Amino acid sequence: MESVNQLQRKLADYTSSLYNENFLDEQFIQLQQLADESNPDFVVEVVSLFFEDSDRLLNELTKALNQPNVDFKKVDAHVHQLKGSSSSIGALRVQKICIAFRNYCEQQIVEGCLKCLQQVKNEYTLVKNKLETLFKLEKQLVDAGGSLPVV
Amino acid sequence: MGMVAAEQQFHVLAVDDSLIDRKLIERLFRTSACQVTTVDSGSKALEFLGFQENDHNHPNPPCVSPHNHQEVEINLIITDYCMPGMTGYDLLKKIKESSSFRNIPVVIMSSENVPSRINRCLEEGAEEFFLKPVRLSDVNKLKPHMMKTKCKSFHEPEKIVTKENQESPEIEKVPSEQSQPQPKTELDTEQIQQIQQSQGNNNKRKSIEEGLSPERTRPRYSSLTTV
Repeated sequence: MESVNQLQRKLADYTSSLYNENFLDEQFIQLQQLADESNPDFVVEVVSLFFEDSDRLLNELTKALNQPNVDFKKVDAHVHQLKGSSSSIGALRVQKICIAFRNYCEQQIVEGCLKCLQQVKNEYTLVKNKLETLFKLEKQLVDAGGSLPVV
Repeated sequence: MGMVAAEQQFHVLAVDDSLIDRKLIERLFRTSACQVTTVDSGSKALEFLGFQENDHNHPNPPCVSPHNHQEVEINLIITDYCMPGMTGYDLLKKIKESSSFRNIPVVIMSSENVPSRINRCLEEGAEEFFLKPVRLSDVNKLKPHMMKTKCKSFHEPEKIVTKENQESPEIEKVPSEQSQPQPKTELDTEQIQQIQQSQGNNNKRKSIEEGLSPERTRPRYSSLTTV
């Protein structure tokens, strides 16, 4: 059974790595600062919304890009949404791919779009796993009697 | 003064087609002790306001007050720019063309930094244009705009009655990045105290008004003690 100190250390190291590797940016910290005693699960709630929304958008994008005649406006609209929501939660790497993705939409280059779609799916899966691990570590710490670090 | 805090609380109408952004903006304003209503489109916003199309002939359009025919008193409208159907700009125009609603401050948000878009909105009467993601520091800038809409309320001492283009917010405590005068009306301090007491978290208000505070704790689970 890990001690509170060990868990705190683990959480701190993990958190640092997420920022260092650009999975998350400053916006995620802004989210954490909005949580308080009356809204303790705010971050988890927002991130869950992001997961649901992204799953839906990625499905839509896959469908749209596999049409014989790709509707680039529609594709762009979906990417715009994904870019917005990833930006709102601080998922920087996902957001960055969306920017490149939109450029390919504008130029109406299907191969470019398909490539970006694959990249954004990869990045999304990565950040999703990272965030789920982060929340798990936080819960472990709290369950062991520790308190979450100051943001 | 025996004032009910809710009467003095600002009510914000937030318009955004993104569920995540609605949740965020709601939290930002609730953290700043505002009441928030969120809607997902411009047309729903107008509906909420009780907007009627032929609304141009009011002789002396009042500032937002309990006595006009607006259904709900709104002190600020904050809207996303890019929305399907009615854009934030379209909504802004409708508001500013309306005699009943033109005095409500409108703020536009956008994820895209397009100078011509920003200028257009400001020229049309938007008070501020925020780039997303919106932060607490942005929201803090809005209190003076919201105060203007309380100007005709009979609760307010004369001091608060509209000063033209007042730049220095009277309500806020001195934020760390600006030097502001600190005149505070009794009413205002009491209002903040009432809200602080009901929220039971003075740290939170301090962190809002002083920017990011390193002392702020995040006591999410501290009430849980497990053996």
